[in-house]
Amino acid sequence: MSCIDEMKYEILLSQCSFKEAREYIKKNFKDVVEVPPGYRIFDTFLIGVPPLFVGIEGEDVIIPYTKPCYGTYVMRIEGGDEIEKLRAKR
Amino acid sequence: MERSGEEGRGTRSGRKVLILLGCPEVPVQTSIALYLSFRLRRRGDDVVVAGTGAALQLAKLADPEGHYLGGTMNIDRCIASISEGERDFDLCFAFAHSDAGVTYAGTVSYISDAELYLLLFGRGAEDLAETVEFDCRKLVAKAVHNPVPLKKLIDEVID
Repeated sequence: MSCIDEMKYEILLSQCSFKEAREYIKKNFKDVVEVPPGYRIFDTFLIGVPPLFVGIEGEDVIIPYTKPCYGTYVMRIEGGDEIEKLRAKR
Repeated sequence: MERSGEEGRGTRSGRKVLILLGCPEVPVQTSIALYLSFRLRRRGDDVVVAGTGAALQLAKLADPEGHYLGGTMNIDRCIASISEGERDFDLCFAFAHSDAGVTYAGTVSYISDAELYLLLFGRGAEDLAETVEFDCRKLVAKAVHNPVPLKKLIDEVID
């Protein structure tokens, strides 16, 4: 159901643990928003154990993306309207 | 949600139970999932098994007339429906032999009110159990090919 697979994205970290993804986002991005597990972004519901961080850099969002058979990826995707929604959560 | 076969044979308990499957690469998962679903449905629980396409196919093919499985649904669709408040469960049994499995279970522990049992298995089960950062009851067995250690743990928690 996820449409992230069909979007243009860049993989920043591949097949890591969720904890590694969380730490990578927190360490490498100044603008970080904490969201609850199951947070809906791009019609995908984020998988993760709190705290779950989403980074914002320019026009992009940086998210952890977990797949059952492949582990967690950190992905950079053009944010569009999602950036405003994330900022409103602050 | 897809529904296969007959209803559980027991008197209906009204309990809604989610069996959350992980990646099916470790052999014991499918066998234990079918056994667990059988035990729960026999005591009258309504069971939904959620997993990846491959995990569900393995289970459904082993139960062509739906004697053991209840309803089935895609794992991400299941997470979405709980997150959106469309459904919830009283109990969840989550399978995990990897960090991804633990992460899915942790998500359920946050978005759902279900009492969570986490079945940790595979060669690294004990180390994986140490990484769990959320409330759940852990059932840990170093099971890869032999399902009996996990079966024993399940028998201890299902009346």
